[in-house]
Amino acid sequence: MTKEWRPRIVAFFCNWCTYTAADLAGVSRMKYASNVRVIRLMCSGRVDPQFVLDALTRGADGVLIGGCHPGDCHYAEGNYKMLRRFQLLKRLLRDMGIEEERVRLEWISAAEGDKVKAVINEMTEQLMKLGPLGLPQRFEEWDKEVTRLEEEIRGDAAGAGCACAAKLQKPAAASKSEVAHV
Amino acid sequence: MSKPKVAFYWCASCGGCEETVVDLAEDILGVVEKVDIVLWPVAMDFKYKDIEAMPDKSIVATLLNGAIRTTEQEEMAHMLRRKSQYLIAYGACAHLGGIPALGNQFSREHMLKFNYEDAPSMANPKKTRPQLKFADGGREPTLPELHNVVRALDQVVEVDYYVPGCPPTPKLTKAAVTALLENRLPPKGSVIAPDIALCDECPRKASKPVNTSFAEFRRPHQKLMDPNLCLLAQGIVCMGPSTRSGCEAACLRGGMPCTGCFGPTSRVRDQGLKILSSLCSNIAPKEEGEINKVLEGIPDPVGTFYRYGLAKSLMRRKVNLPVK
Repeated sequence: MTKEWRPRIVAFFCNWCTYTAADLAGVSRMKYASNVRVIRLMCSGRVDPQFVLDALTRGADGVLIGGCHPGDCHYAEGNYKMLRRFQLLKRLLRDMGIEEERVRLEWISAAEGDKVKAVINEMTEQLMKLGPLGLPQRFEEWDKEVTRLEEEIRGDAAGAGCACAAKLQKPAAASKSEVAHV
Repeated sequence: MSKPKVAFYWCASCGGCEETVVDLAEDILGVVEKVDIVLWPVAMDFKYKDIEAMPDKSIVATLLNGAIRTTEQEEMAHMLRRKSQYLIAYGACAHLGGIPALGNQFSREHMLKFNYEDAPSMANPKKTRPQLKFADGGREPTLPELHNVVRALDQVVEVDYYVPGCPPTPKLTKAAVTALLENRLPPKGSVIAPDIALCDECPRKASKPVNTSFAEFRRPHQKLMDPNLCLLAQGIVCMGPSTRSGCEAACLRGGMPCTGCFGPTSRVRDQGLKILSSLCSNIAPKEEGEINKVLEGIPDPVGTFYRYGLAKSLMRRKVNLPVK
């Protein structure tokens, strides 16, 4: 309960470059922040923007996408597709109130184990400064307003000793609000 | 045997959905013959208390249009859910949040302040705002409260079917009503429209390039458009590829791009992100600066990609807004 908050990063790494680099970092016994959960994809071009938002809306504090350097894509064009999506996704996220540092795209070749380490450490540090994104908690907070009415009416009904306490409807309020609606 | 009872109700909506019911033209007579309309505030006079007095589940189907953004709408949605065997989210606002859900980019305070104080057409020196309760000759009337978040119907109550569109077409409306009356209903939770992208029924489909490549994006008013060529081939943002078909490409036949009112197909969770992915992948340049130059042609990605679907998108609402 009192455990110190640490950021959670979901990382999408391409099979041919960045994942291999992460593997290299591991084999070389490099130490980096343990805040990252790596998901291996065949190509950064496979990263659907829905994956990024799925991760964030389910509680990730940041998303890291790793692909091959421009020109090095195993499938020729995949990393360019990701780069183009990333440019507009960044703007969309900014407009929706998500800080730019939370989603990051990096080109990391299979030989750059040290870059994996540096990027993950740096991103963890940045997210520590930003604090939790906490979207699931925010959604819960937002949705309190749709249970409040229910609770209010249930409370009223219980107070009046009404047998139909489970019923949500308050007829008097309905006819009043009808007037207001016209 | 008495005729099946049907209700129409509207929440945060413009009235366009009601218009479609009227657009059934002479077919509406066939519907009216077979059903007993128990509630239709836009066209007929009924009292909410009469609905409240009806036994639960006594209405066969309620077609509810409009998003839910006030406590009154929320209350009515709950009541109609209780009184109806089938609750049908009718039109884009009930289905996806619709245009009103674009309000999810702003805080409630921001919207109230603009509409009651700052709007150029507003004369309100005392800065009066709507009050939830006020004294009126010994009575204390209660007014509905504006929610912080605009919601689609199924984010408030359980929904059985969805009829998509802004507004739904008379043809789809008739199909839904007929399915209901003849008891040939699809599985619960279905969107009553074909489950394939709009391009499939677009008259311009044949001219859609196999490899689209965008050197620029233009908005419809910035370009003289070829009336027969695929709009994507002309650099116009068209939501067709990520939008469900069923409207028979009405906008494209009228010379305008699809804006996405039918929502995504069942395989897509977030319509806006999917079209973003599709359009951006096919941008021609490979270098960051040049890519961004092409993307300047989409000045408002949220408003363009989530014109009708912000409430049902993964983010739902600008995430850093307060709930007070």
